[in-house]
Amino acid sequence: MESLEQIRDRLLSRYPGAELSILNNPSPSAQHSLVVGGSAAREIAAFLRDDPALQLDFCSNVTGVDWPDKEIVETTRTTIPDPAGGPPKLVEQKTKRIQPGYLEVVYHLYSMALKQGPVIIRMRTGNRTDQVTLPSLTPVWRSGEFQEREVFDLFGVVFDGHPDLRRILMWDEFKGHPMRKDYVEPDDYEWEPTPHDEVLAKAKAHYPAPAAPAAPGANAK
Amino acid sequence: MTDSANTPTPLSDADRDELRRQGILLTSLEELYNWGRSHSVWPLQFGLACCAIEMIAASMARFDIARFGSEVFRPSPRQADLLIVSGTVTKKMAPQVVRLWNQMPEPKYCIAMGACAISGGPFKQGYNVLKGIDRYIPVDVYIPGCPPRPEALLNGLMTLQEKIRGQKLTGPNAPRHLRADDACEYPVPEFGETDLVPPTNPEVWQPPTIVRPDKP
Repeated sequence: MESLEQIRDRLLSRYPGAELSILNNPSPSAQHSLVVGGSAAREIAAFLRDDPALQLDFCSNVTGVDWPDKEIVETTRTTIPDPAGGPPKLVEQKTKRIQPGYLEVVYHLYSMALKQGPVIIRMRTGNRTDQVTLPSLTPVWRSGEFQEREVFDLFGVVFDGHPDLRRILMWDEFKGHPMRKDYVEPDDYEWEPTPHDEVLAKAKAHYPAPAAPAAPGANAK
Repeated sequence: MTDSANTPTPLSDADRDELRRQGILLTSLEELYNWGRSHSVWPLQFGLACCAIEMIAASMARFDIARFGSEVFRPSPRQADLLIVSGTVTKKMAPQVVRLWNQMPEPKYCIAMGACAISGGPFKQGYNVLKGIDRYIPVDVYIPGCPPRPEALLNGLMTLQEKIRGQKLTGPNAPRHLRADDACEYPVPEFGETDLVPPTNPEVWQPPTIVRPDKP
């Protein structure tokens, strides 16, 4: 099977304006993926399916990833020569910038005809609030229909061209997208015998400890 | 004559056994009625999650729930006596479970099978799982386990049979279908924006009062 770089180069020669880049996966699985820009994604997907050397006729999995806004701290070091003639001073300057978040949809493609794969393609939205529309690949691979509905339900990615875009796991009246990192679940904590971590914090908020008299040794473990 | 002579002395179990040895079977209508009911508890053919696999195993030849008269799993709630809530009840599924319960005719019983049906189990603090089916419908027998083994389900069924045999036909402790004041209809919750509306049926379930220990 061709490498991802060869596939990218063939795609670029066929679709010269396409936004394509390769995202390397540094883990041992080394499943590198192709990040596809939104505008020509459906033509590219159809090409991947129909190309005789690839024949990626099976979309095995569609999943979503939420990348929230990330604060990046960059440290720049500058040396300032001491006017008195001493050793130069090293000054560190930290600058913070916000890397805007986005939503990502990942497709795992295999070829049943040639028994090869996977080829992984990704698409990214502009941001996490109002530019969340991506082209649906359900017209190319029918198996994406329910999985794209799931990504729509749990992440809030709107798929343009999907035949039946509704919630699939949560009910229609539900508000919010539970798999997003910043989803705040309803505060309906109930007693649990062994709370820990986040549940313990909720437990303390809901059932505050009685104001016990400070007995000697009460703090001892 | 005194008052005590007028009241009939109830037959003790030893007397009854003695009579039975002599070929005389003495029983009451209540006992006969409950005996018949307790040995033909037909469950609804209804599974929700992995506990349903254990329920299916209990119904098959190895564990053989037919020994207890409950082998006739009915595909229609109209013909079922027992609702085995076998598995996780998601908030999306809960209205359907309550609706099935409403469609079952009295007398009917409910077994909450497994940790999820009892309390939400490992998913209790999740946003999408009901924290126990007992907040919408009355549960007769709780079977703990994750999932409970088929023997545990059989034990739960035997517990339910004991409960049926102990029911009186008259008085305040009579089963629901013999009481005029019980409507036998439970409100089906609606879907809200984050949770079911209402989140519980207060006539069936009240939140427990938790007393936090001094040393948490």
